[in-house]
This record gives sequence, structure tokens and C-alpha cells, in this order.
Amino acid sequence: MIRVALLVAAKDLRVEGRSRVLLWQVVPFGVVALVLAGLALGPDQAGRSSAAPGMFYLVMLFVTLLMVARSRAIDARAGTRDSVATLGLDPAGVFLGKSLALAIELWATGALLLAGTVVVLHTGLSGTLSAAPNVAITLGALAAAGVLHGALSGSGEGAATLLPMLSLPAFAPLLIAGERAYSAALYGGALWEWWTISLVALAAYVGLGVLLYGVLEES
Amino acid sequence: MMKSLATRLLGPLTLVLLALSFWLGLWVTPPDRVQGDLVRLVYVHPAMAWVALYVSFGTATIASALYLWKRTRSATLDRVAACAMEVSAVFIALTLITGSIWGRPTWGVWWAWDARLTSTAILGVFALAYLALRRAIEDPSARATRSAVFAIVAAINVPIIHFSVLWWKTLHQGATVFTANRTLLIHGSQAWTLLVSFVAFTLLFVWLLRARYRLEIARDTGRQSALHDALEARRREGARP
Repeated sequence: MIRVALLVAAKDLRVEGRSRVLLWQVVPFGVVALVLAGLALGPDQAGRSSAAPGMFYLVMLFVTLLMVARSRAIDARAGTRDSVATLGLDPAGVFLGKSLALAIELWATGALLLAGTVVVLHTGLSGTLSAAPNVAITLGALAAAGVLHGALSGSGEGAATLLPMLSLPAFAPLLIAGERAYSAALYGGALWEWWTISLVALAAYVGLGVLLYGVLEES
Repeated sequence: MMKSLATRLLGPLTLVLLALSFWLGLWVTPPDRVQGDLVRLVYVHPAMAWVALYVSFGTATIASALYLWKRTRSATLDRVAACAMEVSAVFIALTLITGSIWGRPTWGVWWAWDARLTSTAILGVFALAYLALRRAIEDPSARATRSAVFAIVAAINVPIIHFSVLWWKTLHQGATVFTANRTLLIHGSQAWTLLVSFVAFTLLFVWLLRARYRLEIARDTGRQSALHDALEARRREGARP
């Protein structure tokens, strides 16, 4: 399963590396969205707002949706699913590999956008750095949830509209937990309970994905 | 179709118990020392939440899990899950509305960003997304499988809602009927009214589920007969000299 996961992750990252969609489309989208968030807060609030962690996670959530939709579109190309089925790859490994690749892409985008919040929204550097481990866990959980919900929404005609509808309620607890942990790292407050939610969500989505991804792909 | 005595009695019994719980709640029970007449909403709100979160969502989740298990897979379980989720969506909305009506005079706001309220609203969105998913997929087998997986994923939210008042400091009150060590917190006519209300709303769920299930069967039969008629028409067309 681990070998399949690494193979699939390498394949997805190679596709991303060759197309450079992450670099030229998704990251710029994230940066623009973060700047727009600052504009929405207004010049007086943007520089010292406690809304910065929420804005960061909201942007990451849209980035996740974009990446999942893109990953599904690549898989929906003629012959891709058939070749995976013919190879007889373990679906649990495929799920883990796709989640790992998406997590790596989200970590890279997240690192850039965290730096963006320091510059644009004036969050403290030390607080942002201490929030980084929790951000990594939360983005990992977002990746697993995203891949699972991407498979749920399928690759048919309505998939593009169905994906946000299905995944946003699943992302909501992660958004809340991530935002609270980031705020606690910046301004102080209880941290462990938000860490617990992120970790439990990561375990739950990975577990459900490993168990159910095969059933979804078969359907 | 012959109806059993229990089936025939279900509707009238539900209506009688609902009427009884409204009568007890509005006229028999006294106003609360702290909440005054607002306490009367408490006779319907927890019962609605009970049906929304545990009875209907629970039924949908169990039916979905059984559908995914190959030994018990059947169209009946898929239909039960879909119908229960529809009833759950309605009851989640009713729970949020009655809670909001109670919250305005008590907390001063219609809506608070409280863990219990927020997680219940998220469950409501899950229920709506489930219904959207079902409408988006044409193939019955794919629709049943994907909806079943989605129902199980969504069910993670139910224990979060249940324990939210213990895990976080919430505006929503904690356990109202029983303490953590199962000691009854309310007594007398208030306890009886609450009990009757819980039974009435549970029976209402069974009644609605049954009615919705029969409608689903009729719809499936209609679809099959429409398909059969269309195939027959094409055959006749093809056989024409």
C-alpha cells in the first residue's frame, strides 16, 4: 500500500511539475485572494486585524477546492481511470498517494501564503512560525478530505458544482480548528483542543479514505 | 394492500400524542422560575433535535453502512437512507428555528457562534449536500454507493454536536434532562411533558419516513413503467412494416 501511495504521489507531483499550474495559476490566485481579503477588511483593519488567521484558512480552502477539481479533471481524461484499474493498484494506496501529493502542494502554497499574511496582514513572525506545525496538520487533513470528496463528487457534468457543496461542510470544522489554533499561536489562548480536532480529523479522513475510496472508484 | 393495525394506528396516535404534548406544554405545566413562558419551547426543541440528529440521521447512517456491506446491500436500504436524510434535513431546520426563537429573548441574539449551534448548522448543510448529491447522479447503483459513503462521512459530525457542550465553553446549556451520572434534573409535569413530546416526535418521524418511503416506491414503479412503455413503443415502431 505504501509503495503504491509513493508511486501515485510521485506521478501526481510529476504531472503538476510539468504543467506548472500550481506555480502559475493556483499560487497567484491565493496571493490575489489574500490581498483582496486585506482590501475587504479596509486599510485601518488590514494591518492589525485578528481576522488574519481566518482569512488565511478561507483562501487555503478555495485553493484546496481548485487543486481537487484539477486533480479530478486530470483523472477524468480518457483512459486514465481504465489504466489505473487495469494495473490493479490498491485503492487505499491510490487514496494515500493522491492525498500525499495534494498535501505537499497545499504545504507549499500554505508556506507562501503564511509569509503573505506576515507581509500583507502584519501577523507576528514568531507567532506565525509557531502556528506552522498545526497549519501543516490541518492542511494534511484538508488534503485527505478533499481527495475523498473529490471522489464523491465524481467526474461527470455536475462535478464542478457538486464538489464545493459536498466538501465545504466537511472543511468547516477544519477551518474552525485551524483558525483557532493559529489565533492562539498569535495572540495566546487554549491550543491543545484545536490541535486535537485537527489530528482527529486527519486520522478520521485518512481512515475513511483508506476504507471507502475503493468503493467510490468502483461506483 | 392490507395495512396492519399498528400501521393504521400510527398516524392517529402520532397526532393524539402531538396534541397532548402541546396541551401539556402550553396549559398544564407552570412557567419556569427563571425563563418564564419561554420554557414552553423547551418541550419541543430538544425533541426535534433528538429526531434530527439521532433518530433520522442515525437511521440514514445505519442504512447507508448496511448498504455498503455487500451481504446486506439492497435498494430498500438505499431508499430508507434517502428518506431518513430528507426527514433529518427538515428536523435540523426546525431545531435551528425553534432554538433561534428561544435564543433571541434569552441571549439577545437570533444566532450565536456557539459550538453546538455551528456544528448543528454544519450538519444541516451536510444533509442538504446529501440530497444534492442524490439528485446529481443518474445511475441508481452509483448514486446509492456515493450517497452511502457521504452519509457515513457526514455522521462524524453527530458526536461532535453531542459532546460540543462538554468539550467547549458554550452559550448553549449542557445536559438538561440528565446529569453526567444519569440523575434526572427535571420532575413532575415538566418531565412528563418532555417525555410525551419525545415519544410524539419519534412517532412523527416513523410516520413521515413511512409516507416518504411509499412515495419513493411509487416513484420508482412509475419510472420503471414509463421506461417499459417507452421500450414497448419503440418495439412497436420497429415492427411496423
